[in-house]
Amino acid sequence: MSNAFHIVVCAGIVPDPLQTLEPTTGPSGPGIKNEMVLPAVLDPWAASALFEAASLAAKNPGSPQSPSKVWLVSLGPKAKLQQVMMSVAQKVSFELVPVDGPIGGFPDAQATAAVLADAIAAIPGLDRERMLLFGGWESATRGAGVTLQLVGERLGIADQFQGVDQIELHEDGSFEVLERVEGGKHQVSVCAGVPAVLGWATGNLAEPRNNPQVGMANMRTIMPALQKAKTATLDGNGLHYVSVSLPKQQRTTRVEKNMNADEIAAELVAWIGAE
Amino acid sequence: MESILVLTHADESGAVLSKGSLESVTAGRELAARLGAELTIGIVAKDASSAAAQVAGAAKRLLGVQGEAFAQARFASDAAACEALCRAAQATIVLAPHSSRFARVMAAVAHRVGGLIDTHITAIGGAANLEATRWFYRQRIEAVVSREKRPWFLLLDAGTHPAFAGEAAPAQAEEIAIAVELPALRTEVKGTRAPKQGAQTIRPDAKLLFVAGAGWTKKQPDGQIHVEDAGELILKFLGASGASLGSSKSLVDQGGEGNSVLPFLTHLNQVGQTGSTPRHAKGLSTCCHGEEPHVVGWRFVGERRAVSLDPNCGWTRGKADVVYVADAFEVMKRVNALLEDAASGS
Repeated sequence: MSNAFHIVVCAGIVPDPLQTLEPTTGPSGPGIKNEMVLPAVLDPWAASALFEAASLAAKNPGSPQSPSKVWLVSLGPKAKLQQVMMSVAQKVSFELVPVDGPIGGFPDAQATAAVLADAIAAIPGLDRERMLLFGGWESATRGAGVTLQLVGERLGIADQFQGVDQIELHEDGSFEVLERVEGGKHQVSVCAGVPAVLGWATGNLAEPRNNPQVGMANMRTIMPALQKAKTATLDGNGLHYVSVSLPKQQRTTRVEKNMNADEIAAELVAWIGAE
Repeated sequence: MESILVLTHADESGAVLSKGSLESVTAGRELAARLGAELTIGIVAKDASSAAAQVAGAAKRLLGVQGEAFAQARFASDAAACEALCRAAQATIVLAPHSSRFARVMAAVAHRVGGLIDTHITAIGGAANLEATRWFYRQRIEAVVSREKRPWFLLLDAGTHPAFAGEAAPAQAEEIAIAVELPALRTEVKGTRAPKQGAQTIRPDAKLLFVAGAGWTKKQPDGQIHVEDAGELILKFLGASGASLGSSKSLVDQGGEGNSVLPFLTHLNQVGQTGSTPRHAKGLSTCCHGEEPHVVGWRFVGERRAVSLDPNCGWTRGKADVVYVADAFEVMKRVNALLEDAASGS
């Protein structure tokens, strides 16, 4: 049996994790200082979702009349999206569905989900009966783990999985999912079939190498899509930030350069045993 | 006036409330006392009546959804159960544990009842208005938020409140069974699976977090790689100390790049930006540079020490209490020997 999937991946863009972040307050609320000029990357867990989606589509190409396809839906300022897509586009094949809007973790998740759900519902040719909605289980900005779930709920998808590390398809169209649960274990579930929401954790795939041919093919559709991207404004939903600050805790580090291994071990064992 | 619903669920037994649920009960009682609000506890379990006995003295009203369908942690049934409990309680504030089970469904539940949700809450405060504290950018920025709209759902991180430990007794509170109309269930939970056979290395309740970095698999002074020795030393230490094993992303990723790796490590061990943010009283890092994307996962680790050959590693810049500039192979060999001696009483 040949499965054909329509896989929609929701993925935001986030500051490169190595950048220093400093909160600031602007007219529209809190943000990150110089966020627009900080180097940005695709959200790491959402990137896992994109790579898993591409792998799944490649293994299940469907038929020429009804092929599997991957869409990447992303909300962010057009200029930043374009910058990030220059590198992401070289990894795997997808069609970009950009929404021009605010960046960062401080806008309300419910409002973000509403915009993303509307964007997905408007994708031409998307068969929602064959849809797998992918994304990261939490973002590296807000880290709430609710946006993808709300998008799925708004689209009426009744089977959702979060913290996914693996999906395994069965011949009958059902699939097994491994979700992260407490205690370093996976919950194993079997779902009768699509549509479903999968919020990915790390998955099992390494980041694909850059492929300039894939990049060129993607960019042919990405640039026009960016030019036509609709602008979205996000409802604040009464969310009020009382304070936004960097953690104050800065430790005074004792650096021991001259202790031998025996002395260090003795000190560590005493420390481990101390209440 | 506010009214509070604490949503809880049973553990794998189906009849005993999870630790996170009992922590949420404590948070609910504290908040109800502060606001003078009415407190209701909602229970989702295979056997909610038995679970209710644990919190019989905690609230005047207990609502329960029970049955075989609720033995499984599954989106469709859990969302329907929580929605029914919310509609029955009509609370303005809903507290729940940020467990994998409730994190999977609670945003959808909030949406169904016209509410809003904030998650990973680490503290609840505020004088005139209710305020919730949570972290952004993977524990790098802390914010306090409030909302006017109700119902407001707050998912509480584990370990932020003590677990409720009232006397186990027959339920004295008003106990109401809530009927739930289930949608078609297309998902069946088959159970849980440890990622690899062998020792369970992730122990959320351990006092100590032991983190292995990529240095364990790099060339040592003799010019050779000693992955097997590293694995043996680490497992021996975990066995003797009862520590939980964490890892940096770079070490776990090596497996995907075809390099020698520690066979018992998986992405589940990963701590940091794309891993977990565990809560342990102490943390010991070995052979890890202490780069920011990794260290953000240490936000809730109390005392921190590191063993590294690099005297300028990230840990030395205010991220650890003590950094030992030394060879972790040598240090851990001796640590294991001392722990063995202590265990044998010599």
